[in-house]
Amino acid sequence: MAVLYRDTDLTLSAEGVSKSFDGFKAINDLNFYLGDGELRTVIGPNGAGKSTFMDLITGRTTPDVGSLTFHQPDGHDVDLCKLREYQINRLGIARKFQTPSVYTQHTVRDNILLSLNRDRGVLRALFYSETQQDRDEIDEVLEIIRLGDRRDELAGSLSHGQKQWLEIGMLLAQKPRVLLVDEPAAGMSDEETERTGELLLSLEGKHSVVVVEHDMEFVRQIARKVTVLHQGHVLKEGSFDEVAGDPTVKEVYLGRQKHTDAA
Amino acid sequence: MSGRNSLSSLAKPFDSRTEWVTFFLLAAFVIIFPILSQMGMISSFQVGVWGKYLCYAVLAMSLNILWGYTGLLCLGQCLFFALGGYAFGMYLMLMIGEDPVYKTALPDFMDFQGYKELPWHWKPFYNPFFAVFAVVAVPGVVAFIFGALAFRSRIKGVYFSILTQALTYAATLLFFRNEFTFGGNNGFTDFKFIFGADIREESTTLALFVASGILLLVVYWGLAWLLKTKFGKVQRAIRDSENRVRFSGYSSTHYKVFIFVLSAIIAGLAGALYVPQAGIINPEEMKPSKGLDIVVWVAVGGRGTKFGPVIGAILISLLKSWSTRAFPEYWLIILGLVFVFVVLFMPDGIVGLFEKAKAYLRARKGGESDSGSSNIPVEAK
Repeated sequence: MAVLYRDTDLTLSAEGVSKSFDGFKAINDLNFYLGDGELRTVIGPNGAGKSTFMDLITGRTTPDVGSLTFHQPDGHDVDLCKLREYQINRLGIARKFQTPSVYTQHTVRDNILLSLNRDRGVLRALFYSETQQDRDEIDEVLEIIRLGDRRDELAGSLSHGQKQWLEIGMLLAQKPRVLLVDEPAAGMSDEETERTGELLLSLEGKHSVVVVEHDMEFVRQIARKVTVLHQGHVLKEGSFDEVAGDPTVKEVYLGRQKHTDAA
Repeated sequence: MSGRNSLSSLAKPFDSRTEWVTFFLLAAFVIIFPILSQMGMISSFQVGVWGKYLCYAVLAMSLNILWGYTGLLCLGQCLFFALGGYAFGMYLMLMIGEDPVYKTALPDFMDFQGYKELPWHWKPFYNPFFAVFAVVAVPGVVAFIFGALAFRSRIKGVYFSILTQALTYAATLLFFRNEFTFGGNNGFTDFKFIFGADIREESTTLALFVASGILLLVVYWGLAWLLKTKFGKVQRAIRDSENRVRFSGYSSTHYKVFIFVLSAIIAGLAGALYVPQAGIINPEEMKPSKGLDIVVWVAVGGRGTKFGPVIGAILISLLKSWSTRAFPEYWLIILGLVFVFVVLFMPDGIVGLFEKAKAYLRARKGGESDSGSSNIPVEAK
């Protein structure tokens, strides 16, 4: 394969990626580059391939063709197609699921504790002792996600929005280079949504963040560069206004949105 | 704020006063029962029966760490129990000595089948240390191979359960065959000596009871510790959200294989102590229906609780012993009704019922006095 030019400050690149399920092309010749510290929003109608794309990056499924490369800060490139989920995660790619997945039978604090980026092997877990540094990091994350006062409660007792935050906190505890965040504002009140937006914006520069979202108000709040996916392919990339003003985007996505809104 | 360090919590694995009291009651039973028997208040027969119940309790605990705490419903736990039992039974068979009829030192079923010499894989079992090693190694290796294959292929839920049942069924068919050199459908029986002692002596019965009791207490203590470590937390996290675990940098496969092997070893140890007390081991012990019995014990006692499997195994065994004498025809119907009742009305089993009663009493008392500090969940810290 020809060596493609790339900027040195990329963290993630997907080139010529395709993936079919039973003949249905979920991802079709997709090219995607994520810069270091960039906050990227990915939008697209249902079935555009947003979730499949995240599955591909995180190793849940592998592409039929194409390459997925993680660019490490030391200059080494890692081929993500050959790794399992936990190995990809250990490189520093963390993922938040669409429906909040937290450990409901553990306390809020233990949820964060289990997410710290320590040695996660079996024997280490057996003889693990909590250090002062662990405690400090847990407190730090709890403060960011504003759940400090509920640390000893079971995660199952949290509200939906709080669970979403807890999961974001679990991602932050991993100190990842890349955060993939799938519909963080789903099921949140307006106020919670806005605070989630602030939280994501505050991560810009420190982590590369990819946010998949449906809620256009929320996208407007956090948008820097927006990628529009359509039928497994990048339809358009640009600022929110550029994307929102594009006639083809309007046709496939916003147009349909308007149409359903009217109905 | 206990248990910051996983090794320091080895000395203090229990969280609440109730848990400590439960453990000491269990320990008291293991100590007092033999004393009463020495005083002649309990017959040697009863000691033998209760020794077997203690083995069942250990077996139930081994399933509980899989099912209750990791979410893996294994329907073939009886296989590991039987494998441990067979491994130790091989040693017991060789200790029988010369057969009065055939005048050979071979196990008698080999005489029937015309063997002239002991098969090679039987020879090391003259050594009791090797036998004990095999009790741990055989179930452990079988569980490792099966677990590694199943968990690597992401087999879970009901598919995993069905596969474990198929595994134990396949093993039953294999052990029924005479050519498999393990006595076919008769299995092993007529044991005479264990570690040089006569197996029918009262003192041997007592020693086996105490050994079973110690195994029970050690396993109970060890599993309580395990649950407090980060490993135990990951275990329960796998039960509640395996995807999250995997996407947090843990290889859930490694964790599941480890716990599966550990559980098989515990079941094997229980089987090894059970066989000299039961006096027999045959393929009946690994039939799929035996695996279901263990599931019922755990469900009735309280899945995912420390004491539940112990009380469940003992109570159901007592019920079985009573009803097979009083209503031999109806035992399976009674067992089925108990199971359905528990599933419908007591989802957390007997222990869950006890916890509910306690919470109710506390709530009534809490109306008068301040109870704000006692609302922290038991396993929270």
